[in-house]
Amino acid sequence: MVETNKAATSPAISSDSTDPQYIQVKDNYGFWYGDTKVLHDLNMDIPKKKVTAFIGPSGCGKSTLLRNFNRMNDLVEGTHHSGDIVIGGRSIYDPKLEVISLRKRIGMVFQKYNPFPKTIYENIVYSLRIAGRSKKSHLDDVVERSLRGAALWDEVKDRVHDSALGLSGGQMQRLCIARAIANEPEVLLMDEPCSALDPIATGKIEELIHTLKDEYTIVIVTHNMQQATRVSDYTAFFYLGKLIEYNDTETVFMNPKEEQTEAYVSGRFG
Amino acid sequence: MSTKEIRPKGENFVWFTGMGLALGLLMVFALLAVIFVNGITVFWPKEIVEVRLKEGSDAEIQGAEAFAGYISIDRHVNDIRPGKVEQKRELQFFVGNKDVYGFMYKFVDYDQIESMGPTPGIIELERLEYGDAIGYPVSLTLKDGTKISVGDENFEKEFEEFFKAAQDRRKEIRHLEKKVIGRINHKMTQLQVKKRTLERKHGDEAAQAMSSYIKYDDEIAELQVDYDKLAAEAKALRQEQHDIQFTYRLATGQEQSLPMGELTGYYYPDRLGFFGKITFFVSHLWDFVSENPREANTEGGIFPAIFGTFVMTLLMSIAVMPFGVLAAIYLREYAKQGAFVRAIRIAINNLAGVPSIVYGVFGLGFFVYVLGGTIDDLFFSSRLPTPTFGTGGILWAALTLALMTVPVVVVATEEALSAVPRGMREASLACGASKWQTIQRIVIPAAAPGMLTGLVLAMARGAGEVAPLMLVGVVKLAPALPIDGIFPYVHLERKFMHLGFHIYDLGFQSPDSEAAKPMVFATTLLLIVLVVLLNLSAIIIRNKLKKRYKVGAF
Repeated sequence: MVETNKAATSPAISSDSTDPQYIQVKDNYGFWYGDTKVLHDLNMDIPKKKVTAFIGPSGCGKSTLLRNFNRMNDLVEGTHHSGDIVIGGRSIYDPKLEVISLRKRIGMVFQKYNPFPKTIYENIVYSLRIAGRSKKSHLDDVVERSLRGAALWDEVKDRVHDSALGLSGGQMQRLCIARAIANEPEVLLMDEPCSALDPIATGKIEELIHTLKDEYTIVIVTHNMQQATRVSDYTAFFYLGKLIEYNDTETVFMNPKEEQTEAYVSGRFG
Repeated sequence: MSTKEIRPKGENFVWFTGMGLALGLLMVFALLAVIFVNGITVFWPKEIVEVRLKEGSDAEIQGAEAFAGYISIDRHVNDIRPGKVEQKRELQFFVGNKDVYGFMYKFVDYDQIESMGPTPGIIELERLEYGDAIGYPVSLTLKDGTKISVGDENFEKEFEEFFKAAQDRRKEIRHLEKKVIGRINHKMTQLQVKKRTLERKHGDEAAQAMSSYIKYDDEIAELQVDYDKLAAEAKALRQEQHDIQFTYRLATGQEQSLPMGELTGYYYPDRLGFFGKITFFVSHLWDFVSENPREANTEGGIFPAIFGTFVMTLLMSIAVMPFGVLAAIYLREYAKQGAFVRAIRIAINNLAGVPSIVYGVFGLGFFVYVLGGTIDDLFFSSRLPTPTFGTGGILWAALTLALMTVPVVVVATEEALSAVPRGMREASLACGASKWQTIQRIVIPAAAPGMLTGLVLAMARGAGEVAPLMLVGVVKLAPALPIDGIFPYVHLERKFMHLGFHIYDLGFQSPDSEAAKPMVFATTLLLIVLVVLLNLSAIIIRNKLKKRYKVGAF
């Protein structure tokens, strides 16, 4: 088992990445919900400005790991961990680090689009407003930049002051992406961002992910194997809380080293 | 195939459940219909008939065998006279003229009545005292003794003019006494208080030598001069109200006269057309909601009670909303969920089941005596031993009811908070918001409609509550409204009138229960309307919020 983990620690990173160890999950990272251990002995490095996909059957712990990157699991009572996660050179469990400032560095997009019941404009500037920034010209700039970044500007530029709840599902999810990048985070976490969307909206989001990776380090959890092949540079396969295989996407899908991976990606289980 | 086979099993129970609902609806609608019909017909003009009794009937009034009035009850009852087995029909007449007859309503057996006929030219007089009078106009006697009799062609015109003049004069008197003299009284009381403060501080003799004390005395003397002048003015006006006498003859034969100043309204029942009746209805309804009560509350309007109920409910909402919402936010969002929090939640729910009179006793003991007494000692000691806050008042009543309704708000708010989708909180936290920022900017706005539902329920319960109010500040007749034009405009220490208590008072404490009956129905109708209006406005606000924070996508 340890062998497997070691093998999976780091994929053969192509030389164009500036920082192949941008997110480090290390020291045999483990995570518990109460007495149940849900993540086992993880060690992995996620490169900067690349798209890394987490795949695996339901309950394999991929979402839990993703939500640990910005410590969203702190909301669940009775969790604890072993090992460490380092993002951009700093441990996220550093007691001197404020969770709030960590979350400002790490944007997150959820499975189900969850815009606030406010206007499109207010949705995007939310993170700035809570940080106490309210200069109008600055906010206007951020709104335009974020909406352009999320490929939504052309569709909504005339109605940014309308309610966000009047948008279509795909637009809402792109709005959530715009909201997540408004703060110019370093990492963008996506937890099955397309699972509630139709194929056309999904296509637009995937396109968007392609352009976003020039700016952000993206980690995406997906159940859709085709999606993983389409959008990601690297793929990690999890099973029962363990990292089974982690490599560049092509290798994982075309030439997996592990039998379990092959069985999963070829659709024989999961 | 028989019907038995095609009928699915269990359908009978649909009927049972339907019956339950039908029964509930029937009771609610029957109650509302009774209140509505009885309450609304109070203001509709009645047809007055002249009743002629059979010779030797024992139903005569003061020896007369004829009287005039309208039928207020027409019913069949079991005949208790010996030898009779069938039911008998009996009528209750409103005959008015209480000053002459000593009663206003009279029961007469139908078989005692010879005939009931029209009453051309009869007039119904609404008076300041003794309720309505019913009679035929005879003459007007002016101050110099001249008489204008009913045959005179100018009679009705003159009558109307004198009536209007008397009405205007009454308004003037009221303005003088309530507003102008009231203000002077208020100033004088304040000066007296200032004097007494000095006496307490420096001792009687030392205080009396002080320049400010003497200044106060001078001011009081000045005010007293004004007061005397105004009082004389009011007295003269009052005197004028008696200058012109109106004489009328009752259907029973007696001639009566009434000073024009005693008259508050009149109409000729047999001359009212349909539009006349509508005008009558509207004007009487308006008087009812806008006037002060008279005659131990059985006559006049109920404006102070409406106003008191409204202000009290408003104050209660202002008190209960922040209190309940904050408690619920702590319980739901911050407290560690466990046995202790569960116990607190059960305790709060149980508070809703405590009889309301217990809250009244608590309010009296804690708010009135402890809190109010302390406030009096600290801030109003110069007025002691007359209590200011140390006696029942609208503030204490509102706080007592707020305490009583706080469980409703807490439970509703907690439910609203837990219904806010997790996704929305997570989105906010993921944006880097702190927990409080998330609650403040996302959770509370989204839960606002649910919180308002709690407020609606609390208001409905609070506005209809009577028992605890009797202990903490409600009165049969309040001398002044809790909000008026005298500084500081809102008088939280004042006693107030309340519709619920008014109903109780009219129905069970009134010297003339027959006369009070229509008022009970009308007041009940009004209380229901007021509660519905308060609820409706809260519901409209809630729906607006709901539309704004509609969460379509979770």
